[in-house]
Amino acid sequence: MTFSGFKVVKEALTGHKGWRPLWRDPDPKPAYDIVIVGGGGHGLATAFYLAQTFGELKVAVLEKGWLGSGNIGRNTTIIRSNYLLPGNEPFYEFSMKLWENLEQATNFNSMVSQRGIINLIHTDGQRDAYRRRGNAMLLAGADARLLGRDELRQMVPFLNFDNPRFPIKGGLMQARAGTARHDGVVWGYARGADQRGVDIIQNCEVTGFRIEGGAVQGVETSRGYIGAKKVGVAVAGNSSRVMAMAGMRLPIESHALQAFVSEGLKPTIPGVITFGAGHFYVSQSDKGGLVFGGDIDGYNSYAQRGNLPVVEDVIEGGMALMPMIGRARLLRAWGGVMDMSMDGSPIIDRTGIDGLYFNGGWCYGGFKATPASGYAFAHLLATDRPHETATAYRFDRFARGYVIDEKGVGAQPNLH
Amino acid sequence: MTRLSKGGLIDRDARLRFSFNGTEYSGYQGDTLASALLANGVQLMGRSFKYHRPRGVFAAGSEEPNAMVTLRDGARAEPNTRATMTELYDGLSARSQNHIGSLERDLLAVNDLLSPFLAAGFYYKTFMWPKAFWEKLYEPAIRRAAGLGALSMQADPDEYDKGFLHCDLLVIGGGAAGLSAALTAGRAGAQVILADEDFALGGRLLAERDRLDGAEARDWVAITRAELDSLPNVRVMPRTTVFGVYDHGIYGAVERVADHLPTPGDKVRQTLWRITAKRAVLAAGATERHIPFADNDRPGIMLAGAMRAYANRWAVTPLKHANDPIAIFTNGDDGHRTAMDLIAHGARVLGVIDSRADAPCFGQYEVFPGATVTGTKGRQSLYAIEITRNGQSEWHSVGALGVSGGWNPNVHLASHHRGRPVWDDALLAFVPGPNGPQGLIPAGAAAGKGGVADALADGMQAAITALLEIDIAAKPIPLPQAENAPAAQEAFWHVPGKRRAWVDFQNDVTVKDIVLAHKENMRPVEHLKRWTTLGMATDQGKTSNISALAVMAELTGKTIPQTGTTIFRPPYTGVSLSVLGGGDTGPHFRPKRLTPTHHWAEAQGAEFVEVGPWMRAQYFPQPGETHWRESVDREVLAVRSGVGLCDVTTLGKIDVQGADAGEFLNRVYANMMGTLKVGMVRYGLMLREDGHCYDDGTCARLAEDHYVVTTTTANAGLVYRQMEFFRQCVWPDLDVQLISTTDAWAQIAVAGPQSRTLLQRIVDDADISNEAFPFMACRELTICGGLRARLFRISFSGELAYEVAVPARYGHALMQRLMEKGADLGVTPYGTEALGVLRIEKGHAAGAELNGQTTAQMLGLGRMVSVKKDSVGAIMSRREGLAGDKRRLVGLKPVNAQKPVAAGAHLFAKDASRDMANDQGWVTSACYSPHLDSHIALGFLEDGDTRMGEVITAANPLEGQEVTVEVVSAHFVDPEGGRLRD
Amino acid sequence: MLIPHPLLGLRDAQEFTYLGDASLMHRPDPAREDAVAAFADYVFLRDNPAGVHRELWFHEAGDRSWLVVTRDTTTHEILGAELASDVKLGGVQ
Repeated sequence: MTFSGFKVVKEALTGHKGWRPLWRDPDPKPAYDIVIVGGGGHGLATAFYLAQTFGELKVAVLEKGWLGSGNIGRNTTIIRSNYLLPGNEPFYEFSMKLWENLEQATNFNSMVSQRGIINLIHTDGQRDAYRRRGNAMLLAGADARLLGRDELRQMVPFLNFDNPRFPIKGGLMQARAGTARHDGVVWGYARGADQRGVDIIQNCEVTGFRIEGGAVQGVETSRGYIGAKKVGVAVAGNSSRVMAMAGMRLPIESHALQAFVSEGLKPTIPGVITFGAGHFYVSQSDKGGLVFGGDIDGYNSYAQRGNLPVVEDVIEGGMALMPMIGRARLLRAWGGVMDMSMDGSPIIDRTGIDGLYFNGGWCYGGFKATPASGYAFAHLLATDRPHETATAYRFDRFARGYVIDEKGVGAQPNLH
Repeated sequence: MTRLSKGGLIDRDARLRFSFNGTEYSGYQGDTLASALLANGVQLMGRSFKYHRPRGVFAAGSEEPNAMVTLRDGARAEPNTRATMTELYDGLSARSQNHIGSLERDLLAVNDLLSPFLAAGFYYKTFMWPKAFWEKLYEPAIRRAAGLGALSMQADPDEYDKGFLHCDLLVIGGGAAGLSAALTAGRAGAQVILADEDFALGGRLLAERDRLDGAEARDWVAITRAELDSLPNVRVMPRTTVFGVYDHGIYGAVERVADHLPTPGDKVRQTLWRITAKRAVLAAGATERHIPFADNDRPGIMLAGAMRAYANRWAVTPLKHANDPIAIFTNGDDGHRTAMDLIAHGARVLGVIDSRADAPCFGQYEVFPGATVTGTKGRQSLYAIEITRNGQSEWHSVGALGVSGGWNPNVHLASHHRGRPVWDDALLAFVPGPNGPQGLIPAGAAAGKGGVADALADGMQAAITALLEIDIAAKPIPLPQAENAPAAQEAFWHVPGKRRAWVDFQNDVTVKDIVLAHKENMRPVEHLKRWTTLGMATDQGKTSNISALAVMAELTGKTIPQTGTTIFRPPYTGVSLSVLGGGDTGPHFRPKRLTPTHHWAEAQGAEFVEVGPWMRAQYFPQPGETHWRESVDREVLAVRSGVGLCDVTTLGKIDVQGADAGEFLNRVYANMMGTLKVGMVRYGLMLREDGHCYDDGTCARLAEDHYVVTTTTANAGLVYRQMEFFRQCVWPDLDVQLISTTDAWAQIAVAGPQSRTLLQRIVDDADISNEAFPFMACRELTICGGLRARLFRISFSGELAYEVAVPARYGHALMQRLMEKGADLGVTPYGTEALGVLRIEKGHAAGAELNGQTTAQMLGLGRMVSVKKDSVGAIMSRREGLAGDKRRLVGLKPVNAQKPVAAGAHLFAKDASRDMANDQGWVTSACYSPHLDSHIALGFLEDGDTRMGEVITAANPLEGQEVTVEVVSAHFVDPEGGRLRD
Repeated sequence: MLIPHPLLGLRDAQEFTYLGDASLMHRPDPAREDAVAAFADYVFLRDNPAGVHRELWFHEAGDRSWLVVTRDTTTHEILGAELASDVKLGGVQ
């Protein structure tokens, strides 16, 4: 079934009788060529591109709960490619280009909305750093603009320009950045993968790897053993737990990140805005809620919830930046588990075990990477070579000294 | 007017004026906005989110999905305020929201006609063609139509506060269970906090006609309240919502201190309390659910329990015309209570439509057993319902309909730690599960024990149990005589039919949408919610989630608990961002740290700049200077030719003492410190354990067992923390003690060829001649006639220079004294801008170069990483990626001296194309050098150390600039270092 | 969160800063033959357990002691706290 405005009208006029399941609920087969562990955004995108681009026909996605129940189900939905370092920027720009054609690729409206992002500048040093970054973005084929204070003020007059603790001196803008509807991304990839023959199996938890002679043979699951020539793990948040079953220790800690949404409001904030003198980023969803976040809680956690001090810290930042939001109410707060890596950058790589591949360490920036992560992981799984934009995301970069540390804070995950 | 002639907890002597959508009304003290509007015959209060259906008030508490208004005007306008939770005050002004045109004639009601096209998830299936139309056309239209109320776009003028409270027992909810819990604990002498979101204590006791000890329940509430108020160990907090349970017994609560007043006056509007409670009793009551049936969303249809509350507490019926009949639709005994209460108040009751074939009757009213409501009429005000029984339907005129589908315990807080509620087959509801937050004991209706007698006993027992766990013995208290009302019900979840039956009112989710979600395999409860937006409205599904689960369970043939549970996340109800932000807005967002000479600099007219938490003097404009560069150039030249003064107190200072101080510093610094002679200073470089540069500074040895270490301003706290980590966690066997003395010493840089001359005028008797006190010397001495001081001969500027430290309280005086004594030398204060220019001229690395990504080799300091000893980061700095890094710090001088170079520009070989593959580095710092009369810059460049003299390009495509620069030594001034040593 | 400081009693976690796994106390011997590999593991790899975790907290806004706190990362329940220097001097754990 192809989705379209025509189809919606036709169904409306005929009592919505013709709609079909967005994906099947197949029972697992005894074996697949490729098994993806994790039915989140990255796992489903991987399956989609394996089927769509790389012609893999025998692929399964195993999800322990419901599709999209991890961090793609709860995040601030920002997409952007405004990175500094050469190990990152081409990858995220590749992701941005995939976002720009996502709906056409999946025939599903994931509401990619390029309303722009502005990173605010509060000091001269920050302007210099953003200039370096903006130039790096342009050199990688992305878009970037350095905004002066006056221009910025015209665009976002509601910011606290007149009475701030830290003056707003300008901003680095990426106009092509924006947001996407996070659940829509899950569903678009899932439906697209299912239509191309991928078996998506929910409520199927991987409980172990069967490894013989240094090579993976398949996975033990809550629904029985499933054989696989190759296994790709994409379970960010739980990476250490899952890879421990294969005997691996990772350069990753799990941390709690909270995200917040306000009650619905009439249009207030056009694009995405990030505060440069506190940790606060905000956009407004199409439904009208202010969607915002800030720092991680800062301690190892798998609890999927956070604590009050960070709630206060994030909202203090918001109130300092845009005091006109004060009379709005916080509607909901979530806590997700982040794969915080040792340099703040992800890993898409083979492991020391033949046929076992790993995708994780997304810190709290995994959402924007979803398309490229899926594509690059599919590329690696299908061809055994890294995608050209993901060559730096290796395990051995830590031991060899090629970290990709955008923030320059070293091997302390809670600072990335 | 539909106010009953008597009864209610309202003060009929206190008449309050208010306006809704510009029309003036009046109500009484004790009213909510919702009860006062109903009393004035106003049924239509809002519009739904998606279809813009006309809506009236549906509930009487914080679960209200429909009656959302924008309260107050101007900068105090508060969108999405529930009329049911708004305490009436004189002069209140509110308006309805989410409509174009008037509330009665909302143009967007056209969406309702288009509803077949707007079924669940429709937007995921369309708006994809043409591609460009999404952002340009479709999405802006959707955004304009979406949202509920509007912000004023002005800063909130009110004040807010935050505070901490501690107690033995926090009681959440002041109904029957909460009051008995609080009284039990209060009498036992425990420290108790009783919080309730309502402005009056009593909970449902105020909404029912239950008798306690043969008298009205409100009498017992009043007596109990009085006793609690009299106990010094009990704090009663009405208007306080406990919104979240956090770790280790910390609860978030908001007290609405002044929301019931026209303006807060000298009060804060709200206070955020973090309550640390050893134990807590969750006595949050229960929320009634409805029964979806065709066209069940009309104004005039509300929860039967709410209808009871309006009648009993506020003496109001929800009718447009006072004498219209009222019907009740129920699946259990509870609905009958409403009928009886209404009759007792003299209202006309059509009867009770009870889905049970064997429906009971408790009084003088008609019962329609085995019947359901299958249709309604009245777009803006209900006037008729269709009752169907055994396939026979007939229409009846009514002015209001109460709906009762059973009660859901308010399990919300009990699931804030993600413990799941469990299904209770007898109650037909989820109750708190066993894995709730530690120390939180549910009681009363929140635990499924909603009968008054049960709730009173359960609250008391919960308090006794809770206190016993913390070794406080509480005795049972005499409880009033009470009865549990009959509460039999059947599992009847919705009325099947062809027309739309609303499940989630605010978000317009109907049974049909759930059927569609089922058909499309959006069956897991989270998919159902996300696909249909069910439960995502401002009431967070309080009135809709369980009904939706039941419908889905019916479709899948599973039980409700098999279909799913929903857990709840904080906050319990919406919390204003202002109070969570605590009012620390504007300049109060973060504290300011001021240097010891701040006020002196202020008096000199200095401009200040934010440097982390510090405010530092940026430059000192003099009369006649119109541009900052004029001031900075003058300050720089003054240092290079005479003497300048700069407050450098913000640099971190750490005292390191002990027999092993030298060994300790050997381990934390890359270079050798143990060999430093007493009375000398050494430049020090610290690495992180991963081998990258962390911080730099100076290390002075004042005695064999006493060093003073300086750090950069930004890293002052971090370096101290790291040193303590190594001292306590890695090498606790070393005899060394650390203390941060950043705030204890004021430090002033005295720089320039005349600096010694100036210092000699304040030094008491020490010999600071070049011979006696050479470059990199340090010593403790006295100045200005006995003032204890430390003098360091170190230089950031490349000139003969010193830093002099005195106890912080003398910093201001020292600056004045130096200015005074140096007047004839032309002594000049300089700020951070000149400091920056001086260090760039000298090629010293600072924050832009030490950004956490650089190596010692990149800075040209590779040889400082001693191979004779181990130190933090030494091993990892030898990994191939670091050791092989060919980028080096260089100076860059524009071929056209007057052409500025931008920090952040990228470096390219002259003819290379401007792309990533050819990117060879970047400009880290840049300035105009008045000394050289040229713009200059520092940068990292591939193989930079071997490219001196090469002409390359600094490209800044972001701002359309390209500058041709020559690669030169980073030391623009005095590369041999002769000036330092003179 | 509240941290039971062994000297000061229950203190709000906001007074502390967090570092991470207490294995960071066990810096490898720089003289060992495979020091580079040992340091790479020490600096970059973590067990990251879902469950009981021994971890380092610094009482930055307090007495400036480093603590080893034992905490369950799935529930945040704190099972104990010790002075890091005591732990270290008392032997490798």
